[in-house]
Amino acid sequence: MYLTPVETVVMILAIAAGTMITRFIPFLLFPEDKKPPAVINYLGEVLPAAMMGLLVVYCLKDISPLQVPYALPEVLAILGIVFLHKWKGNVLLSIGGGTLFYMCLIQWMR
Amino acid sequence: MTNNQKREWKLAFSAAFPHTLPVMTGFLVLGIAYGVLMQTKGYGILWAVLMSAIAFCGSMQFLAITLLTVAFNPVQAFLISLMVNARHLFYGIALLEKYKGLGKARAFLIYTLCDETFSITSSVNPPEGISKKYFYLSISLLDYVYWVFGTFLGGVIGQFMDFQIEGLDFALTALFVVLFMEQMKEKKHHLPGIIGVGATLLALFIFGSDQLVIPAMLMILAILLIGRKKRCT
Repeated sequence: MYLTPVETVVMILAIAAGTMITRFIPFLLFPEDKKPPAVINYLGEVLPAAMMGLLVVYCLKDISPLQVPYALPEVLAILGIVFLHKWKGNVLLSIGGGTLFYMCLIQWMR
Repeated sequence: MTNNQKREWKLAFSAAFPHTLPVMTGFLVLGIAYGVLMQTKGYGILWAVLMSAIAFCGSMQFLAITLLTVAFNPVQAFLISLMVNARHLFYGIALLEKYKGLGKARAFLIYTLCDETFSITSSVNPPEGISKKYFYLSISLLDYVYWVFGTFLGGVIGQFMDFQIEGLDFALTALFVVLFMEQMKEKKHHLPGIIGVGATLLALFIFGSDQLVIPAMLMILAILLIGRKKRCT
């Protein structure tokens, strides 16, 4: 431990405060009893798909396509997930199958 | 709690649980990794679990390990936390409608709103006849418990051995890929989805992997707003 217990508690609270501000602000700015502006409704409609796209890329941000194994496990696993999901359309099966496939791939490809 | 409420809880919980299974896998693995890492820096179970339970902010917690091993600077920690977690602003806007009329439960739902909970809640609707409030509460509560419990396990295991199941945390990537596909089933989500991927890739190439989130969010916002203007005129 590098910090004293009191300092550690303060750090935890500071990090929590920063996080919670980002979580609560939208709900405080647009309370339930008031109608939010049309542009906010529009964003609420289009943001989920856009943010899901962001999260997918974010998860893959640290892979390196120029070094062995050339990001192949990730690419193949995602192709597998897409195929499995188009074929069976079962969310859990696609995630479970894709994860197992990925785990095998990184074993084989090192 | 009345018997009727108990029944509603049970039904909602059973409906919600399967949706959280991928998060259980990912959060237990990552939570354990977090607990172990904290342990190696001299922060035992108590500290790791406190951080997970109070701050509950996944990737920021990993970042914060570094902040806990340098000179005490809570203001810096606060500001970094604001920036790393800025994406929650968009989650809130997207869930304003779904989290409407849920009374006191709303505060807990907002407190525990993480990437994974957002991805499930925004993609899945409670089945017919299931209480919306208890359904969303179950998802949020389960995800929260997975993370805190994983951290606790990591703290315990970290004292004895090096824990590793390589690749299991890919479950979270897979979750986002599949829920992205679920979103893309609706035609009106095609363009926003492509914009999300495209803008984030662009941000990754321009700003690098360490600071891509805020530029990506700003680009997404700008393109979506321009798109709306075009659509209206």
